[in-house]
Amino acid sequence: MTPNDYMFGKGDMDDLLGEFVAETRDTLEALSGEIVAWEKAPDDRARLDEIFRFVHTVKGSCGFLNLPRLERLSHAAEDVLADCRSDRRRPDTALVSAVLNVIDRIAELADALESGAEVADVDDDVLIAALRPAVPPATSSAAAGETSAGLATGADDRAEVAPFPPGEALPRPTAAPLQPRSVARTIRLPVDLLDRMMAGVSDMVLARNELARRLRDGETESATEVAFERLSTCIAEMRDAITRTRMARVETLFAALPRMVRDVSAELGKQVQLEIDGGDVELDREMIEMIRDPLTHIVRNAIDHGIEDAEGRVRAGKPLAGRLHVSARQAGNQILIEVIDDGRGIDGEQLAEKAVMLGLLPAEKAAGLSLDRKIDLIFEPGLTTARHVTAISGRGVGMDVVRANVEKIGGLIELDSRPGLGVRITLRVPLTLTIIPALTISSGGEHFAIPRSAIDEIVRIGGQAVRMGRLGGADIVHIRGQRLPVVSLGAVLGLAPRADQANLVVVKLSGGARYALAVEAVHDHEELVVKPAAPVVMACGVYGGTTLPDNSRPMLLLDVAGIAERAGVLRDGAAVVELASEEPEEEAPDSGVVPVLLFRDLDGVQRGIPLALVERIEDCFASSVSNSAGRMRLNMDGRLLPMLSCGAPIVETKFRVLRMRDGAEELAYAIDVVIDIVPVAIDLQTSAVPGPIAGVMLIDDQPVEFIDAFWLFSQGLGGEPVPEERPVCLLSDDDPWTRQVLAPLVEGAGYNVVFDREAAGGKADLIILPDGAPAPVTGDAPILKLRPLADDRGASPDSLWRYDRVGLAAQLRRHWNRRSA
Amino acid sequence: MHNLYLIIAIGGQRALLPAACVESVVEVTEITSVPCAPPHVRGLFALRSRVLTVIDPLPALGERRTSEHGDQAVIVHVDGHLYAMLVDDVDDVVVIDGAPAAPRALLTPGWASHTEGALELDGEPLLLIDVATIIAGPLDLAA
Repeated sequence: MTPNDYMFGKGDMDDLLGEFVAETRDTLEALSGEIVAWEKAPDDRARLDEIFRFVHTVKGSCGFLNLPRLERLSHAAEDVLADCRSDRRRPDTALVSAVLNVIDRIAELADALESGAEVADVDDDVLIAALRPAVPPATSSAAAGETSAGLATGADDRAEVAPFPPGEALPRPTAAPLQPRSVARTIRLPVDLLDRMMAGVSDMVLARNELARRLRDGETESATEVAFERLSTCIAEMRDAITRTRMARVETLFAALPRMVRDVSAELGKQVQLEIDGGDVELDREMIEMIRDPLTHIVRNAIDHGIEDAEGRVRAGKPLAGRLHVSARQAGNQILIEVIDDGRGIDGEQLAEKAVMLGLLPAEKAAGLSLDRKIDLIFEPGLTTARHVTAISGRGVGMDVVRANVEKIGGLIELDSRPGLGVRITLRVPLTLTIIPALTISSGGEHFAIPRSAIDEIVRIGGQAVRMGRLGGADIVHIRGQRLPVVSLGAVLGLAPRADQANLVVVKLSGGARYALAVEAVHDHEELVVKPAAPVVMACGVYGGTTLPDNSRPMLLLDVAGIAERAGVLRDGAAVVELASEEPEEEAPDSGVVPVLLFRDLDGVQRGIPLALVERIEDCFASSVSNSAGRMRLNMDGRLLPMLSCGAPIVETKFRVLRMRDGAEELAYAIDVVIDIVPVAIDLQTSAVPGPIAGVMLIDDQPVEFIDAFWLFSQGLGGEPVPEERPVCLLSDDDPWTRQVLAPLVEGAGYNVVFDREAAGGKADLIILPDGAPAPVTGDAPILKLRPLADDRGASPDSLWRYDRVGLAAQLRRHWNRRSA
Repeated sequence: MHNLYLIIAIGGQRALLPAACVESVVEVTEITSVPCAPPHVRGLFALRSRVLTVIDPLPALGERRTSEHGDQAVIVHVDGHLYAMLVDDVDDVVVIDGAPAAPRALLTPGWASHTEGALELDGEPLLLIDVATIIAGPLDLAA
């Protein structure tokens, strides 16, 4: 044993080989993309250099690790690329394909290294031979030079081959380069280490929150607070940085697409032009891996079933090459990945027929489905409309699996198909796996969280435009005219009810299906650290994970799709039909375009009112608003105007009012700020219940509620007298009950209450006495007697039971009206 | 680590847990229930910013619970998740060499399916609990 011998222990060798395999895999994938891009722009010198360097590196590693087969293959590829660099050869389709095939073989062998499988080496020679230039038919230069075993030298080869032989065109797009050249400084890390870091930071966030609570509760000096603020900032920054370690650019997802599209389209004899957009959007690495297969499947489908063959496209008047556009963009706390093709679209009718034929759907139900619902059938397992199941996409590993995989990571998949025009498939994935914005709710005394990405809106039962009902034994709700099934959370989870389920959380599932989840209370929007729950908990089917909010009590994250399934809504044919054939909207169309004033109301909601109703818009101070007897009044120009609002409190010192006049009377409606005046053909979906909102319509894709001026005037006015003119009611002040219980009631009915005869000045409009008390001597005011018992035996015949609210109110009103007559 | 075991008491009997999968012993105070979970899943418990699933081993073993469960639990990790398994008592960690042998007594189906044989300690045969199957719960659940 000489000192120069390198003795690798088996362990060392395994490590090195493992690293080599991993590195090679990464490199080769990126390499394929580069080569395909280079093929389309063969004059891109820099790119060619890059490719050459890649291959050179692979060759080097092979040599060092003593892997002769691999070395031979990569050496051959390197030679060819060297020729291209020195212009001894021009890249043509055949050459590029040959190089790609060699790359594939190298990848295959690398994998085999890891798994220990055997790969026959017979074909190596064939592959290497294919690297040699083809002998051109007309001009035959030296075809000699093929001496050594299979290694193409090409040094003597002057054959010029046209870059794109006619008739074999892969269309050369004029579009921008497909993907940027990427060689970044990177290191490889085990995922566990990153997970530990993430868990550590999440725990740090929780610890910081707990400290915040304690500081809030106790007395703290400002120095402590300042230090704490600094700590919070540091933690927030660190959390961002750590989150980014988990993130990777979507590019890694898209890198394999050009090659795949090229191969699939070649195999199917179709021409496809691929555009990729937004590769620099970032996504959690794990998420990327989980989307990889679904995305591949979707793209293959698009080429296989979507894009027509050349003849079909010509007949449809489309350009010869099909267009496939794959893009990624960030929208709020979601990433949207879209695959758009301009093919023939999804044939909903055909799907429905097939479903009926396969017995997946009864024929009557199929007839009642809207076209959107029929297209959604593509997600039904076992349904494939490929006329012949191609090896590529029709294996029955269908869109149902794709959707399941997307939903598993908390994502949604949406389909938009136009017959004859194409299909757009949108994958929506949450931005990170661990920290999720969520809404906390409670039912039955238990708290739960719902991911915000699943929530459409929250409404109160009993609110405007919300109408509960029943249909076929199931609870439903109409929200602004649209019917949705209602699922009671308490019923699904078997919770003992604590209060009325007064709130509906409208949730949406993949594909856009929605339902309303009835819960008792809605609490807060929080950002929660969500961790996966144990398998026994996940097996319940209704939970998506566990989280530990600020109060340190574990909370479960709900899986809205699982809840729907457990409740039996939305997935069986009956419910599908229900959703589809929605009630026709009641419309009160106002034809003609009128100017509409759009404003933001005090509660932040965008509302509108026809401009014609608004006389002036004025700024006011909050201090000029007075409240009396439950009505708001605005002190304006020395007068008191009745003022109405949506109910939200006025927090700013200044606010705006819309002054409205109905010809005779005036009132003011308080708002936050005016947005715009736009011409609109008013076409409202009217509310079911009369109220301040007349209805709702879409303006520029935003829902805008319209103020019901009629209702406003009916509420704001009504001849209510100024306080000085309120009638006086004299109550005997003999007992506390009169003061505490009766007096407020009488005041609420519009009276001024006095207890002292003298103070009334003898001019009371109404006197209320306990039955049996002596009547006052002065005045001719009507007297109302109240008896303590409901039973009227032994009491005055015209007395009223003191708790007869209806009777009492009627009497109060009667006397009030009489006075003003 | 292979011959280290923790002696516990559950269902009125003493038994063994492989020390390798035991993290610690804690008092489980506040349990948040998990609606719709099978009965052997008592709920969730928070310990130092981690959420644990609290498991009652008795249903899996086919034993009836005679009294309210105490607070003691053994923290185990299985497949990357943390569980708190309720026990009546925790004794010592002992070294017992040798592989578990088939117990000579006839076991009830519950005990039989959730233990991996018996080891002898000072003449006393102790059953070795199979933690992973206990976590999964009674067998008829999995069906």
